[in-house]
Amino acid sequence: MAPKLPPRLPPQHPLEQAGEAAGPAGHAEAGYHHGPKGLLRWLLTTNHKEIGTLYLIFSLSMFFIGGIFALVVRAELFQPGLQLVQPEFFNQMTTMHGLIMVFGAVMPGFVGLANWMIPLQIGAPDMALPRLNNFSFWLLPVAFTLLLSTLLMPGGGPNFGWTFYAPLSTTYSPPSTTFFILSLHMAGISSILGAINIIATILNLRAPGMRMMDMPLFVWTWLITAFLLIAVMPVLAGVITMMLLDINFGTSFFNAAGGGDPVMFQHIFWFFGHPEVYIMILPAFGIVSAIIPTFARKRLFGYASMVYATSSIAILSFLVWAHHMFAVGLPLVAELFFMYTTMLIAVPTGVKVFNWIATLFQGSISFETPMLFALAFVVLFSIGGFSGLMLAIAPADFQYHDTYFVVAHFHYVLVPGAVFAIMAAVYYWLPKWTGHYPNERLGRWHFWTSVVGVNLTFFPMHFSGLAGMPRRIPDYALQFADFNMASSIGALLFGTSQLLFVWMIIKCVRGGEKAPAKAWDGAEDLEWTVPSPAPLHTFETPPRFQHQEH
Amino acid sequence: MRKLPGGVAAIGGGVWLTFSALAHGWNMPLGVTALSRDIHGLHMTIFWICVVIGVVVFGVMFYSLFRYRRSKGAQASLFHENTKVEVIWTTVPLLILIGMALPATATLKQMYDAKDADLDVMVTGQQWRWHYEYLGEDVAFTSNLATPRDQIDGAAAKGENYLLEVDEPLVLPVGRKVRFLLTSDDVVHSWWVPDLAVKQDAIPGFVNENWVRIETPGTYRGQCTELCGRNHGFMPVVVEAMEPDAFDSWLAERQQAAAREASGVDREWAMDELMSRGQQVYESICASCHQVDGSGNPPVFPALANNPALMAERDRHIATVINGVAGKPMPAFSSSLSPVEIAAVITYERNAWGNDTGDSVQPSEIQARLE
Amino acid sequence: MTGVQRTVTRTLVVLLAMFVFAFALVPLYDAFCRVTGINGKVENTAQALIRDSIDESRVITVQFITRGSAGLPWKLEVLNRQVRVHPGAATEVHFAFTNHGKEAGWGRAVPSVSPSEASLYMRKVTCFCFQEQRLDAGERYEAPLVFQLTRDLPDDIQTVTLVYTLYPVDDKTLAAKALANEARIIAVPRIAVPGGEA
Repeated sequence: MAPKLPPRLPPQHPLEQAGEAAGPAGHAEAGYHHGPKGLLRWLLTTNHKEIGTLYLIFSLSMFFIGGIFALVVRAELFQPGLQLVQPEFFNQMTTMHGLIMVFGAVMPGFVGLANWMIPLQIGAPDMALPRLNNFSFWLLPVAFTLLLSTLLMPGGGPNFGWTFYAPLSTTYSPPSTTFFILSLHMAGISSILGAINIIATILNLRAPGMRMMDMPLFVWTWLITAFLLIAVMPVLAGVITMMLLDINFGTSFFNAAGGGDPVMFQHIFWFFGHPEVYIMILPAFGIVSAIIPTFARKRLFGYASMVYATSSIAILSFLVWAHHMFAVGLPLVAELFFMYTTMLIAVPTGVKVFNWIATLFQGSISFETPMLFALAFVVLFSIGGFSGLMLAIAPADFQYHDTYFVVAHFHYVLVPGAVFAIMAAVYYWLPKWTGHYPNERLGRWHFWTSVVGVNLTFFPMHFSGLAGMPRRIPDYALQFADFNMASSIGALLFGTSQLLFVWMIIKCVRGGEKAPAKAWDGAEDLEWTVPSPAPLHTFETPPRFQHQEH
Repeated sequence: MRKLPGGVAAIGGGVWLTFSALAHGWNMPLGVTALSRDIHGLHMTIFWICVVIGVVVFGVMFYSLFRYRRSKGAQASLFHENTKVEVIWTTVPLLILIGMALPATATLKQMYDAKDADLDVMVTGQQWRWHYEYLGEDVAFTSNLATPRDQIDGAAAKGENYLLEVDEPLVLPVGRKVRFLLTSDDVVHSWWVPDLAVKQDAIPGFVNENWVRIETPGTYRGQCTELCGRNHGFMPVVVEAMEPDAFDSWLAERQQAAAREASGVDREWAMDELMSRGQQVYESICASCHQVDGSGNPPVFPALANNPALMAERDRHIATVINGVAGKPMPAFSSSLSPVEIAAVITYERNAWGNDTGDSVQPSEIQARLE
Repeated sequence: MTGVQRTVTRTLVVLLAMFVFAFALVPLYDAFCRVTGINGKVENTAQALIRDSIDESRVITVQFITRGSAGLPWKLEVLNRQVRVHPGAATEVHFAFTNHGKEAGWGRAVPSVSPSEASLYMRKVTCFCFQEQRLDAGERYEAPLVFQLTRDLPDDIQTVTLVYTLYPVDDKTLAAKALANEARIIAVPRIAVPGGEA
């Protein structure tokens, strides 16, 4: 069981103090950096904390680039008619927004958190494969520079949606598509290498005495996520390789003219794509499962059931892919099968939400910024879950499919879901990273403007979708005007409020209220046993983990 | 703490917004078929289930947040496990889901039952228009966006059915079972009319089926819902449902018109006749890509004005319009335009915008090429 | 570090297996489609007739639709647009290819069956759709389709629609197919080199 202590007891550590005998002095010594200085230091670093920082900075920059693309889309959709951009460019913006947010912002954000926190949470000195870690990070800037540069190429960048359905993305694609494929390959390899590293770290470098069922849930969810990555990123690599062959070498995987099948593209894509959706949400479950107990000062309710629920979600994610394809003309049996499996996913997901709420029940709750984001996650992610349940009903999905209802659904899951979880994690662990508490006042402002912005953006989309607005259109009929205007205003609010986030981070790095090793009084995991800020080298002598009786 | 009034206000606001929006028709339409009403019923059922679950779950959550605030001196309990509770909240949702799956399955089975149709319509998606063919009736036509460019660019006031209007709607009889066969000439499209609750992908090289039995005469509007390139947002679907008698006479009239059109092939057409017909065809079909002024949109859509290479090659010009270009948005118009229309539009293109080649292309020449 | 090495080796094996699996999905999907009838895919090689009694109690309408596509100045026509058949009976239908263009070329008719479940019960004994066709400029070529709907065709299928879309076959595709060692191309009579006579 996770080392959560009953609250309001004298501090009593699950660690044997002997393991940390060196104490703060030892850490100060270990914190000294040997090796190259300046830029070269960051280029060559193999330290999990530095690489974690690099990932997080990269993720944040991509979040802003993808956000600017989203704002271009929302600005064009502010009112009916074509005002700012032409449809070609609009399509590139929606596509790039999706690709950058999924592969550039959310996934690297979670990998950055994993790099920083997994070794600290399991008492390991570093990741298992530090040099590989460096390589997998530096692939990303290269991949995304290449991806962004396609916008400047003749014919423009990818314009076929982030799901790049063939043959729009093959026979009918712009010339830059080959570079798009190459950049996606690089991003994919980076994810795969990151996943291998995470699995190797978790399975081999846990502190002596820490069993699998003692690991914090963030570690658990990441372990399962890493397995998902290993399983599906090669499938993505396969499908884009087939595209490459179709475009450049005359094969006909997806070209009906040569005996291929465009629907097969969708099957293979979503065989990757659905687990990918869970790759973007499982670590978020782990983060929320760390934050809620901390600020409720109560052990997480149903730890074991959380692990089982996460595993069943991961397994089910391989059996639901065709619910993205209810309208492609699947036979009745397939429709029924995928409808049932999809509805089934609601069960373990519900269990998680119930567990979080049971953790809150009879706790001793305080509302620091990380907790605010975590609570908003629970509520707003659940709303995304509800619309997901509605989408699972295949007959009704014929009406919802490819409308703004779907856009509302997956943005509720991904923005106040995955993105809020990453923000919660940043607020939660910033004291450990910088040694200072984040500015609570700024945090609250950031939180409330984000919550209002997110809901103003995405809630009206449910209605524009139900009223009949298809997704990915640059212009729309007059009856959709009011809700689109609301969405655009919300998007601007949400976008600009992220500047508060950056300001808060900069302030926190530069100074602020000093944080002790155990920055939050209800926090119990291993990372809170090392000083704040965490020195460059930690747990060089493995701590002795004392597992807590049930 | 502040979380509570804020959160309650937010959720209250969301609930209020939801109900007022649904009450004002911002909801899935009830539609005009038995199936569309069934689907609407499923939608509302699952919606209310979600509302009830949401009220209970968030109710407990906000109660806990309010009741167990540390600022009010709440002391945390020690419990962290309860197998009985876990079993309950695993099985109860499972039972709710089974209850929901049963009616959904029944509706889905009906949606898949396309047998005994009275009329078959082949729907073909093209970048970026719909082509309809009444199978066995010798009636076929293309349905293009009718909204003028000025309205899209903001140079003119937008009409009531902005972006949801076409030059020729699909006309269907009420009360009869109509089977759709859907396919595409280029990329994947999706044909959707919310009031008919029909949404089906049109996939190149493959046929899909769907069906409808409309109950009320009227005009029903929808759009392409699968990203299909540049003009994806400008590819509306309009269905006009008529009483069976009116439909039969409409169909007969269309058949006569098709016969007249066919007989037009045999006679010699005057230049100005070709030009005026050609302009009409060009502006409804070609202008969406090649622009009204023939300037095109290179590199994907070549310019037709100031294109001496094309003007020098009359033969290639004709062949391109008839046969299209593989792998490009240029379709083979021999399947959707009559020889008269093809001849007229080529004549127009070769003489408009200062091209002035003086060439006229006769329908008989096109006809000869197709035999 | 042996623990780490072991983990890495194992994950690499899984990784490789999944990459291969992605490509294996192509034939698997094809096989799956043919077994379940997804997408109305039919066997693309000749099948033997099932010597079966004819079910005269049922009459199934079989519609044929032919479509052209961009880039090929050909026409594919069906000479009998609709036939009514008994399950179990073999039926012959005639199609005609015409090349209106001024060049010889290659084309292929790609079939699709609706409702897709019906493809499970559709046995094609002879079909022009099994291979690429080559037509000289102005050439007309009639080709038969011989098919049988098997007796186990479910009762709720009363109409079967077969759509043939005629696609151009370009040199790159021919080359890729030849590379993939698809001997069928070479087996088509009347040709030496693709596009050779043009």
